[in-house]
Amino acid sequence: MNSIPAPTIEYGTLAPLLVVFGAAIIGVLVEAFAPRYLRKAIHVPLTLLSLIGAFALVLVQVLRGDVPTSAVAMGAVAVDGPALFIWGVILILSFVCVLLINDEGHFVASAAAVPGSADEEEAEAAGAGGHTEVYPLVLFAVGGMLLFPAAHDLLTMFVGLEVMSLPLYLLCGLARRRRLLSQEASMKYFLLGAFSSAFFLYGTAMVYGFAGTVSLPGINAALAKSTALDPILMLGLALLGVGLMFKVGAAPFQAWKPDVYQGAPTPITALMASGTLVAAVGAVLRVLWVGLGNLDWNWRPVIWGVAALTMIVGSILAITQTDIKRMLAYSSIAHAGFLLVGVMATFGTAAQNAVSLKAILFYLAVYGITTVGVFAVVTLVRDPGGEAWHLSRWAGLGKRSPVLAGTFAFFLLAFAGIPLTSGFFGKYAIFAAALDSGTQAGDSMGGWMAGLVVLGVVASAIAAFFYVRVIVLMFFSEPAADGPAIAVPSMGTVAVIAVSLLVTVGVGLYPESVLGIANDAARSLFIR
Amino acid sequence: MTTHYLVLSALLFGIGAVGVLIRRNAIVVFMCVELMLNACNLAFVTFSRQVGNLEGQIIAFFVMVVAAAEVVVGLAIIVTIFRTRRSASVDDANLLKY
Repeated sequence: MNSIPAPTIEYGTLAPLLVVFGAAIIGVLVEAFAPRYLRKAIHVPLTLLSLIGAFALVLVQVLRGDVPTSAVAMGAVAVDGPALFIWGVILILSFVCVLLINDEGHFVASAAAVPGSADEEEAEAAGAGGHTEVYPLVLFAVGGMLLFPAAHDLLTMFVGLEVMSLPLYLLCGLARRRRLLSQEASMKYFLLGAFSSAFFLYGTAMVYGFAGTVSLPGINAALAKSTALDPILMLGLALLGVGLMFKVGAAPFQAWKPDVYQGAPTPITALMASGTLVAAVGAVLRVLWVGLGNLDWNWRPVIWGVAALTMIVGSILAITQTDIKRMLAYSSIAHAGFLLVGVMATFGTAAQNAVSLKAILFYLAVYGITTVGVFAVVTLVRDPGGEAWHLSRWAGLGKRSPVLAGTFAFFLLAFAGIPLTSGFFGKYAIFAAALDSGTQAGDSMGGWMAGLVVLGVVASAIAAFFYVRVIVLMFFSEPAADGPAIAVPSMGTVAVIAVSLLVTVGVGLYPESVLGIANDAARSLFIR
Repeated sequence: MTTHYLVLSALLFGIGAVGVLIRRNAIVVFMCVELMLNACNLAFVTFSRQVGNLEGQIIAFFVMVVAAAEVVVGLAIIVTIFRTRRSASVDDANLLKY
């Protein structure tokens, strides 16, 4: 009789994950047993402290310098330099988003109540503490975001993807205003998300059939051994790619993004636009490098096409938008395209790869924090029925509230990549790395990469047009007589905007600060 | 020997994928997604037999758990939207566009 060997689990290395998931589970218990009036008072410190604690644990690992050189938890999770960097970024972003979530008025008092019914009025009347289920859901989503890019085999990646997505599907449907839009966003996100994760899973099954394992280095080793291209493998990779590109929001799988970003409560949109994108790009990088490193000649043209299409589609469709959140969603699609240019550049020598990886990590960090700031501003401009969603309502905001409009304009300029903002250095680093890798490869690759960078610059120029259009609208047109009110921001929202502004300005002036950290993280590359 | 099962799994996956694209009722769309997940399970178990290790069978258990969690979330969302709109048709939910 065979005995089953007990697995070894490196609890110290995995501690950040365990803290977040542990706090999420405690949050569920609080939801079940604590009286309604106490819940929020317990949830807020629990959520914030667990995120701070997890961040501190990441920091401890980085400072002690004992970044593991092999995957932990029996090869399921790889906590390497890039993973620790991504964890740190996600934890900071989610901490900031939780400060936004704390504000009253974003979430429905009772999600189950039919809009406009007596139930809903009753739930509204019961007042504070109605929507506290948001906190454990956010913590679960953040836990999934941490696991997704650190997964070292495709099964763990699938579980991470679902743990990240399932709470987000629910959170999308919890907006207090415009309930129908919110519920519709939730359903669309759910059906499309479930559809795409089924593709991811079938791809995993095909790759398992080819390689006999789902561990990423195992797949790479099997690829090195095989000479002919197996149709099962090709099918598997295509399906896997569909699932991953959907989560990144890359064209042609970007259709969900505008709908979901528009319908979801704005703090949740901020969390998705920053945290989910960071996690998904991390996962794409890991699959392409660790799992498919030996097949790079086959995936490179595909990523080239997807990156080009994503940048162009995102920037062009953003021009026609009239809804502020929808416009930002298309802008997020364009930025996913810029990130894919960086992903495209990750081949060649290890030193070259580290440069590209550094550029992507840097871009993720600065883009994420600016995004949260933008959505924090969006929560403050309000009509009687909720946020002022239509762009025409933003006309003349610069005259009514110069500070807020100026901040928003600055964030948009950072998105556009104007010098002296963090966005400029993000784009510069990515495009420079892409050009470098092209010329170093020497052959026809140089021309292709240069072409992609030219496309990227053109897309940036188109994107700059619609960012500047909003700025012109805010500062150079007359405010409407019944214009939107500027809500008095809570302490949390002020802190969020201040932090994003400081980072966007600070990194724009001294990019070395974050670039240095990204460089240290990228130097060790992913564990193969 | 295992080819038949793989063909069956591919057929189930295809039927599920086509169903998601053409059916209008959200519940039926969702059932088609579940069918796709089950097709994945069949493929995993078949490949497990073919390559001669147990990983695939274990993955099938994970997939079942994930599918169950997805049902919980999905039905909650669909029921909520049905109570609001008195319709579970995915064509009726058309406020968000362009």
